[in-house]
Amino acid sequence: MIENITLLELPVGEHLAIRRNRICYKKESKALGRIAIVSGTHGDELEGQYICYEVARRIGERPECLTGIVDIYPALNPLGIDLANRTLPITGVDMNRMFPGSKDGNAMERIAAAVVDDLIGADLCIDVHASDIFVQEIPQVRLSEEFADRMLPFAKLMNVDMIWMNATATVHEATLAHSLNTMGIPAMVVELGQGNSINMIYGNQVVDGIFNVMHEMGLWTGDVAPTQMPAISSDGKVEFIRSEAEGIFLSRIQHNHFVSMGELIGEVVDPITGEVKSRITADKIGLLFTLRNYPLVYEGDLLARILTDITHNSSAIRE
Amino acid sequence: MRIQEIYTVHSVYREDMKIRGYIFGRGEKSACIVGALRGNEIQQMYICSQLIQALRELESNGCISAGKQIQVIPVVNGYGINVGRHFFGVDNGDLNRAFPGNAYGEQSRRIAYALLEDVGAYIYGIQFASFYMEGEFVPHVRMMETGYQNASLANLFGLPYVVVHKPAPIDTSTLNYNWQDEMTAAFSLYTNKNREIDEQSARQAVAAVLRFLKRMGIIRYESHSGYISHVLYEQDLSDVHAGEAGIFRGLVKAGDDVRYGRPMAEILDPQEGMVRETILAPTDGIVFFAHTSALVLQGDTVYRLVHRLHE
Ligand SMILES: [Zn+2]
Repeated sequence: MIENITLLELPVGEHLAIRRNRICYKKESKALGRIAIVSGTHGDELEGQYICYEVARRIGERPECLTGIVDIYPALNPLGIDLANRTLPITGVDMNRMFPGSKDGNAMERIAAAVVDDLIGADLCIDVHASDIFVQEIPQVRLSEEFADRMLPFAKLMNVDMIWMNATATVHEATLAHSLNTMGIPAMVVELGQGNSINMIYGNQVVDGIFNVMHEMGLWTGDVAPTQMPAISSDGKVEFIRSEAEGIFLSRIQHNHFVSMGELIGEVVDPITGEVKSRITADKIGLLFTLRNYPLVYEGDLLARILTDITHNSSAIRE
Repeated sequence: MRIQEIYTVHSVYREDMKIRGYIFGRGEKSACIVGALRGNEIQQMYICSQLIQALRELESNGCISAGKQIQVIPVVNGYGINVGRHFFGVDNGDLNRAFPGNAYGEQSRRIAYALLEDVGAYIYGIQFASFYMEGEFVPHVRMMETGYQNASLANLFGLPYVVVHKPAPIDTSTLNYNWQDEMTAAFSLYTNKNREIDEQSARQAVAAVLRFLKRMGIIRYESHSGYISHVLYEQDLSDVHAGEAGIFRGLVKAGDDVRYGRPMAEILDPQEGMVRETILAPTDGIVFFAHTSALVLQGDTVYRLVHRLHE
């Protein structure tokens, strides 16, 4: 059943409505397990659109296998998605920096509070993000170290390539996942692909993971595709490669590729002179899990990230 | 006056963006004033420019105290101002959410880092800041409750109000918060405009900074004593929300006195023009913040009120 979890009037004949599709074929009760798939907090991240669609579609194909509740929230920031705009319109505020919101706050804080309120009672919330429009990412779960103990068992089931445990920065406190975890609702962020696009191969990989999690939680009795174990990484194992010059970045390597020492990652060039201003080579071996797609760069912009401390054989990816 | 370049950004197709500091006096780094971190902070830049004019004159008259140094940085986000954009760079980052920054990250982080390295050495820090909601404020000094804040120092600006605000997680990446972390006594000054210039509140802001510098013994200057500030805690302000969306017709403005139950604003149907809602004052008080945009969303905070202090 599709419902509006919040409805906020806009000036001219329109409402900002956040919609939730509750899929449940049993008699609804608190005893039923419940998983929430949330996406579209950042309007320029559309990978979750495919994932929401595909989860709903696969359940629709085998409704008899669903033994609990699946709530799908494809667009927490519907206006942002409509505008291909990362932030909330008008104020330009990042919605994922205003949770848990406030029932008595301004319009956007109330919306954030309504979202959190609706998620109370879920046994797991998966917040699907794409990368931004600048770099592409392999499917990964991001956890803050603070909640790693509780969330790692869920994250390992997600069929992602990697789990990245971030040291907790205070700014993460206002994210949806952090707010839910603080309230005792298990939540994790999945990140994949790139802004403004959909990678269906990655999407299917994550959807397989979601069904795997649902199976383990006792919400899904259907078949589950074989899943892989992710590499688990802390900040110390991630090598950041940043541009040393301003210019146009041309990548010379494939994303999601195991790089060897000295391998050319890309060049920063100057279109007006035809000069190469900077050649970027790998000074660590490992999995190139982040790669810049957006060409214009300033000095310091992120070009690539390498997961070090990993062997060159995906089956050997280890904890 | 000396000029220093604090940081330079190189872009492929634009001229370099130079962040400049204008320095008066020599010696102990006493006070640093920062203007436009965002591209819409035109009033903030303007106030700094007028302050530079005033300090120049004071310096030429020998009125900067011996052994004291003052720096004014009118513009940080020059690239943003020149293209009418709040934020910085291709990734549209808010410079006032990039602190403390770092020396190796993307440009917004490097700018924040270089700026904080420089301004963190001053004893007093003053930022002309803006709020994310567009609207008018009663001029005030805002401080974060970090444990280092000192509201009695903030009174020395002689502005009508000092507001102490408990930092939310999002505030920990602002200049003010990180400045206090560097043990600078940091103050944010808010006037009633951003994008447009308001001469009267700009003069009031310049006078407030000069008054503060004088009271700290950094300059010699004849000044009026200003207001005796009321110290408020942000949570004590009463928020007034719009119940409906539409055209906003404000009936009171920042600084006005309001009485319980009297109309403060009307919200009109944007197409038919009839009044859809009359917003009434929930308490006796003074308008501290007023929404000024023509349109309003349902639930928007349209006014914030200071409760009247009954004698
Ligand atoms: Zn996102």
